[in-house]
Amino acid sequence: MKVTYNEKDKSLTLQITEEIDHHYAEKIRTRADFEIQKYIPKKLILDFSKVNFMDSAGIGMILGRYKMMTMFGGSMNMTNVAPNVKKVFEMSGILKIIPIIEEVGGTEIGKCI
Amino acid sequence: MENVYENKMTLEFLSKSSNEAFARITVASFASQLDPSIEEISDIKTAVSEAVTNSIIHGYEDKTGIIKIECILFANSIEIIITDNGKGIENIEKAKEPLYTTKPELERSGMGFTIMENFMDSLKIESVLGVGTKVTMKKVIKDLKKSND
Repeated sequence: MKVTYNEKDKSLTLQITEEIDHHYAEKIRTRADFEIQKYIPKKLILDFSKVNFMDSAGIGMILGRYKMMTMFGGSMNMTNVAPNVKKVFEMSGILKIIPIIEEVGGTEIGKCI
Repeated sequence: MENVYENKMTLEFLSKSSNEAFARITVASFASQLDPSIEEISDIKTAVSEAVTNSIIHGYEDKTGIIKIECILFANSIEIIITDNGKGIENIEKAKEPLYTTKPELERSGMGFTIMENFMDSLKIESVLGVGTKVTMKKVIKDLKKSND
């Protein structure tokens, strides 16, 4: 996982570099919670540019982080979502509460928004 | 002729979460003989991952058991049968409901069967309490070359 924190707008970008299934979701969850509690960001951005596979374990993992962000009064977005991953998101209805945003300014993470 | 199969394979492995990727990649690799599209392969991988994860988390829970995957290739479809000898499903109809999960504490989304149902062309679940669960899924691979003619 590649972690970028932008002090200016207090946004934390987590670029997930694993396939997201039940096995890896637990590892991603532990690391994400550590980073969220470290920075207490106003915005959490999950960058999926390196994710080529995700099953429903990803939905549970993302909703868990969303609950944590809500608890801290922050917001959450997702970006760079591949079509097959988006298909799982669409089926779950998760996009109604956690929208996908277009990245501004190319592929450099941490500078979006 | 749907009852005449072209190819077949069987896979058996321990119900360890580290085998989830192995299972879906192996099935996808076998299915590639039918020349599926990227989307079809991705659908198969996701559905297999869901079924195998269910066997690990719900079927065997904290115990370790054997998960068996049988794949049968027909002329234009693949049948995937995933079997465990775990605790079985108490109420299949309930388990199939979107967002229903018996393990919310593990951050399970309750979307497993919904995804299998939507990503594959057919889904059959058979389960006996204390004996195990058998999930049979089928995916038709559309022949793009033929339909373009």
